[in-house]
Amino acid sequence: MIHVENLTKMFQMGETRVNALNGANFTIDQGEMVAIMGPSGSGKSTLMSIIGCLDVPSSGTYSLDGTALENMDEAQLAEIRGRKIGFVFQQFNLLARTSALENVMLPLTYAGVRGKERQERALKALERVGLSDRTKHAPNELSGGQQQRVAIARALVNEPAILLADEPTGALDSKTGVELMDLFQRLHTENGQTVILVTHDPYIARHTDRIIKLSDGKILSDEINHHPILAGTPRPEEVI
Amino acid sequence: MLFSENFKIALRALRANKLRSILTILGIVIGVATVVALLSIGKGATADITSQIQSGGSNLLTISPGRQQAGFRSGGESRQTSHLYYADYDLLTRGITENISAIVPTYQSSYTLKFGDQSLSAAVSGTMEAQKDVHSLELATGRFITDGDNKSDALVAVLGSQVATDLFGSVPPVGETLSINGVKFEVVGVLESKGASFSSPDDSVFIPLQTGYDKLFGETATFNGKQTINNILISVKTTDAMDTVSAQASYMLRRSHKLKPSEEADFNVMNQTDILDTLNSVTQTLTIFLGAIAGISLLVGGIGIMNIMLVSVTERTKEIGLRKAVGATRNQILTQFLIETVTLSVLGGIIGILLGVSIATFFSLTGLIVSVITADSILMAFFFALAIGVFFGLYPAFRAANLHPMVALRYE
Repeated sequence: MIHVENLTKMFQMGETRVNALNGANFTIDQGEMVAIMGPSGSGKSTLMSIIGCLDVPSSGTYSLDGTALENMDEAQLAEIRGRKIGFVFQQFNLLARTSALENVMLPLTYAGVRGKERQERALKALERVGLSDRTKHAPNELSGGQQQRVAIARALVNEPAILLADEPTGALDSKTGVELMDLFQRLHTENGQTVILVTHDPYIARHTDRIIKLSDGKILSDEINHHPILAGTPRPEEVI
Repeated sequence: MLFSENFKIALRALRANKLRSILTILGIVIGVATVVALLSIGKGATADITSQIQSGGSNLLTISPGRQQAGFRSGGESRQTSHLYYADYDLLTRGITENISAIVPTYQSSYTLKFGDQSLSAAVSGTMEAQKDVHSLELATGRFITDGDNKSDALVAVLGSQVATDLFGSVPPVGETLSINGVKFEVVGVLESKGASFSSPDDSVFIPLQTGYDKLFGETATFNGKQTINNILISVKTTDAMDTVSAQASYMLRRSHKLKPSEEADFNVMNQTDILDTLNSVTQTLTIFLGAIAGISLLVGGIGIMNIMLVSVTERTKEIGLRKAVGATRNQILTQFLIETVTLSVLGGIIGILLGVSIATFFSLTGLIVSVITADSILMAFFFALAIGVFFGLYPAFRAANLHPMVALRYE
């Protein structure tokens, strides 16, 4: 469970101060699938980096599964990232010249999991994203969609509380993008995985149960999406 | 995270850029190789000089003329200002009776030797029978100069092995007559070779000192009407007695040279330890100096490694961001990059040691220079390379570790 209160983040850009985040309040429960939307500069990346423990807020409180995080030091945040958060990035961010299996094992390595257990858990994660037959392949031998699946397996391997995806379909063609949304939805419905999607694409956002819209560092709206699009059904404009 | 994990990551990163890694460590390889080779050759030279001096006979005091610092033997210049006389030798033989086994005066000068149509220039030593024991000379054939030769002014000569081969070739020299500066001498003996040395008897000819004064040296061997000598060798019975004999000789010579207590002595009494110390300090200074130059190349190599590691950190900014996102702490990133740099420098160190040992061994095999490879020079080079790796790795590693994860992830 995520709970944020009066969250602000301020950046000093030379002479000027920029309030990237200006008092955000919300709660995301275990097992929700939420989209955080907003144009560039709206503060959604800043919000994502704070939720993902990559950065700390300037003021306000943030608690994850009941643990207050705003005053944690660098090493503690690194541990939380490793255990509770699974990141998926727009550009996949896989290690080059490194097999899919080893890429997926990386978070376990930092978490201190070793030997057989590490390999078995990584293989299981790859199985969940449907890549059991590609474990030995390096990223450059995989398609974009497959690479993003490896990245999702890497995010899932530590069984995180939150799957945090930053424009996960942004670098993919729409067909592959839909396949990935299907994967996210299945992880959400079948395993009860909490998924937070950060996107500027309303169509992608409408695949989720709840949409939080940001503008100028403030929450513009926070609404339940009663009729989420089921991945694989045609886009509205394709319906005649 | 385990060290071995970090080490694997480091090796993978280095393998990914093989050529770059090899070129990067080249500076360290060359630096370490030079240090190891130079130290080995320096050690070899020291050992060589030590054994040569000790082969000259043990417990030996050398008295030579000249106001000098303890150390080198008298050069040509000092003979102008101060002299040792045959009378000094007489005085010492009469005055010092205990603790010594022999006293030998020598007068040495360079002359042209002739046999048949062969001629060459060599050092001719006027000496006495006891020189044979003092310098542990062995005879290949014939006999050495005797006291009888000195008494009877005999025109006899004993040849060093090199002189014998150069002048006589295949002719057996003993019984033949050679001319020294036009004076005929009969060869009565040839010495065994003593091997290379900085004052080798191999290149010398020995004649009775008295014969030399009377028939060969002439005016050059006298000063103020007194017969001069180049040095007096005193063979002392025991090492313990060296200081006593040395003091006795100094005291007697000061008196005979009529020196006031405030005056500096116009002669030098040296033992082998003095000579060894001086020569060793010279070779040591040289070794350190050359080692320092090699050390500079190690430093340059280290800077090269740091440069490449900084490039590598910039190139891998996204990777660093990702590693932090999946749970790597600042310290883990720091360790990873530090291990990478140290792996580079230690690899360079190991290759450099192998190369340096090969160079030193090669020189030894060619017989040009004797080299002694010691564990401490190898260890020193290794730990120096390690230290270079740590020192020059710290800055790039800190740069990597201090990257903000969010900034690093968004780096293009």
